[in-house]
Amino acid sequence: MTYLKHFLLFWYDFIVGDDWMIAAGVVMALIVSAALARRDVNAWWVMLVAVVVLLAASLWRETRRSR
Amino acid sequence: MTTSVMMLVLAAFLASAVEAVEAFTLVLAVGVTRGWRSSLIGAGTATLALAAVIAAFGPALSLMPIDALRVIVGTLLLIFGLQWLRKAILRAGGYKALRDEDAYYQAERAAAQAVGITRRAGMDWYAFTLSFKGVFLEGLEVAFIVLTFGTSQGSIPLAVLGAGIALVLVVVVGVLVHEPLRRVPENTMKFAVGVMLATFGIFWSVEGTGIEWPGADGALLGILVVLTLVSLGLVAVLRRMHARHALQATSIAGMGA
Repeated sequence: MTYLKHFLLFWYDFIVGDDWMIAAGVVMALIVSAALARRDVNAWWVMLVAVVVLLAASLWRETRRSR
Repeated sequence: MTTSVMMLVLAAFLASAVEAVEAFTLVLAVGVTRGWRSSLIGAGTATLALAAVIAAFGPALSLMPIDALRVIVGTLLLIFGLQWLRKAILRAGGYKALRDEDAYYQAERAAAQAVGITRRAGMDWYAFTLSFKGVFLEGLEVAFIVLTFGTSQGSIPLAVLGAGIALVLVVVVGVLVHEPLRRVPENTMKFAVGVMLATFGIFWSVEGTGIEWPGADGALLGILVVLTLVSLGLVAVLRRMHARHALQATSIAGMGA
């Protein structure tokens, strides 16, 4: 059990890293993009805007923590 | 050679160079302290293990339907790339310390010296394990990039080539200077890799959902430019904020004195 926990934690840390909100935000933006694509909306800009907002928000949180 | 193929090779090259520099510092510290044989066997075994990971997972990933592959791999690449970019921006902005190869080298040497040498079957297993673990863990990030980037682009061999050239270059330069490679601009390279991974991650994950990018593949360059400018802007903002906070801290300390 401990081995499995360590294994999963390693991969979580490897992929997701320090800020899980970036990963969650990216997945949400992907879901929104896919939903809009199903309604024939070519929403290529959703992910780009989401990434810029997520990155800026993550940095802002980190700088507040560092103060 | 198309822009996207050049970016694939460049991203694999830069990521591999950064990780190879870090792994080289560790192997050098272990080799100098505990002897070269076990340390080099450990590093070599780890390199072979990484090659085996790529050889095993590469063909398996290639069998996935292209849209599913692009959504999954694109999303993973984007999250992974944003992690690199976020750290690089924080370091460039002064909110995280830059990696100091000399300090890392001295710390690893001290740690390796603190453990007594016992040999079994002619091997110093502590040196072997330390080198193996260091090279494997640093290299795993490169293997991840080579696999994800290479599969989505349909060219794992080119990604391996980019990563391999960087590895050989770092080892050759490292052997010649025989000290930690402190002059390599690691953070700038990490910044560039982060931007490129995030660019391709955005492009592929969105394309995999059935959305068409304006300008098709040409959109890659547009995303790259937007992400680079935004990231450089964020570095500038963080630097200003960091300088302001440092000034405030100095004035508060001055008032207290």
